[in-house]
Amino acid sequence: MAYRKAGEGESDFPGYPSKKWIGLGIVGIIILIILVSTFYSVGPEEEGVIKRFGRYTKITGPGLHFKIPFVETVAKVKVKHIFKEEFGFRTLMAGIKTIYAPSGYDDESLMLTGDLNVAVAEWIVQYKVRDPVAFLFNVREQRDTIRAISEASMRQIIGDRSIDEVLTIGRIEAGQKAQEKLQSILDSYQTGIQIVTIKLKDVNPPDPVKPSFNEVNEAKQEKETTINEAKQAYNKVIPKAKGEAEKTISVAEGYAVNRVNRAMGEANKFLAVWEEYRKSPEVTRKRLYLESLNEVLPKIGKKYILDTEEKGVLPLLPLGEIGGQK
Amino acid sequence: MKWGKSISIIVVAIIALIILSGTLYTVDQVEQVIITQFGKPVGKPVTEAGLHIKTPFIQKVNRFDKRILSWDGSPTQIPTSDKKYIWVDTTARWRIVNPLKFLQATGNERTAMARLDDIVDSATRNQITKHLLYEVVRNSNRKFTETELGVEIPEEIGEVKDGREKISREILKEATPAFPQYGMELVDVRIKRINYVEDVREKVYSRMISERKRVAEEYRSEGMGQKAEIEGKMEKELQRITSEAYKTAQEIEGKADAEATKIYAVAYNKDPGFYSFLKTLETYKNTLDKDTWLILSSDSEFYKYLKSIPLEGLQKEK
Repeated sequence: MAYRKAGEGESDFPGYPSKKWIGLGIVGIIILIILVSTFYSVGPEEEGVIKRFGRYTKITGPGLHFKIPFVETVAKVKVKHIFKEEFGFRTLMAGIKTIYAPSGYDDESLMLTGDLNVAVAEWIVQYKVRDPVAFLFNVREQRDTIRAISEASMRQIIGDRSIDEVLTIGRIEAGQKAQEKLQSILDSYQTGIQIVTIKLKDVNPPDPVKPSFNEVNEAKQEKETTINEAKQAYNKVIPKAKGEAEKTISVAEGYAVNRVNRAMGEANKFLAVWEEYRKSPEVTRKRLYLESLNEVLPKIGKKYILDTEEKGVLPLLPLGEIGGQK
Repeated sequence: MKWGKSISIIVVAIIALIILSGTLYTVDQVEQVIITQFGKPVGKPVTEAGLHIKTPFIQKVNRFDKRILSWDGSPTQIPTSDKKYIWVDTTARWRIVNPLKFLQATGNERTAMARLDDIVDSATRNQITKHLLYEVVRNSNRKFTETELGVEIPEEIGEVKDGREKISREILKEATPAFPQYGMELVDVRIKRINYVEDVREKVYSRMISERKRVAEEYRSEGMGQKAEIEGKMEKELQRITSEAYKTAQEIEGKADAEATKIYAVAYNKDPGFYSFLKTLETYKNTLDKDTWLILSSDSEFYKYLKSIPLEGLQKEK
């Protein structure tokens, strides 16, 4: 290729020997290689770790830098990036509706709780490189180490908690404790890794046990419902009874007012009449008597008047009529 | 002639380069090197990173990692001292501390892994079989935080004397002395996973289920209990309200009756005879009707004038 180009060059610029072109080409390629291995750029979230003949010399920040070609090498470490590890599940595709891998990570998620029950926990660990030099030079399988120690830490923490704690109120606290544990172990290896967070995403009872856990929740609801129904009945009956009690008392009060008023009325009436009667008792008594008879006698169906000198009542009475009436 | 000269320069340069590359070698920051001469180690291990010199051609560079390395055991079935079978999965960190010994006694990392398998697994087995299940699972005597469920802690859990962390350290302690002879150091051993073996797991599941059923039953009966309590309270309240109302009503009525009686008595006592006369007349009006037969004697006050006209008497009466 280069030779053919050189041949064309010969026809364009006669007098220049093709051998010179070959030499220039070689020199150009060498210069290019030197330039490429001299300059390097470090990304905004990275730091460059420089080694000279394999020995660590310095760290360079983001930007364009140069190094001695062939003698110095650069390893770029993403120090600002937050890495994530998933336990008990895998995200297949993150997005608006994140797709998770179907179950099958039971080995990772099954763990024993402090009350010797079994829980299924899913969690994430987020970490970043705090010290790129320590990160590169102290531990070889950093990711494996993080994964293995995360599992060990999480199980140790869950192993000291009851299943109900980790299912309900203790989840966040367990995550924090596991984070402290993981960090202290990683620090003891001088990994240069900083754990940003451990979050227990989901803690569940194992599948075969789940229905009975749900039953507890149902029973809880049932209990509330039963109590509410009883309260409802109470609230329905008692105010009504209170109203009826008020009514009974009011009726009695009405009776009382009526009774007293009537008594007073009648008493006053009597007194009024008596007041007048006292003035002429004889005549008034006779008058009242006769007036009463005047009123009463017309209403009476059968009246018989017997002469005292006549003996026997029978001849006068229409006995048949009496018998017939009866 | 010109050509021959350049060829010889190139040949010399190539030879020089070969010799140089056989003489100089670099040691990386993460490496340690043992120089061997026909397979026999020469000199001390080179642990200093940088450029170094050796005899070309006859000396060979053997590189070993200086960093902490990982080992992940495979799960083993181990009984605890209370005869509970569990799967135990351990993980360990190790490193090559004496590359010379490592080269002689172990050779490569694959062999090292096999050594780790043997030693760590056996130490793990020894320690686990020495301890009760809850000692392996738990780490401390931390009290469980009470939840609203009030689930009981299984009786078998006693006081934790060692706990998982300490058992891990015991495994490390037991395994550590076996490694220096291989030029290795065991940095750390951790119990990664503990799980019940299949049939133990089944039993635990059925215990969990019965425990939950008990809790559920408790909830239901609590509900019924509270319901009965409310109903009882309701009945009591109902009786109280009704009877109190009745009592009050009776008292009010009684008081009114008493007052009325007093009013009547005060009034009628002024002239009991007149009252009785008036009342009797009133009674006639109310009791005598068309079905009544009245048989009167002509002697009676009312009809006495029917027989004779008492002229004198009339005067007298007037």
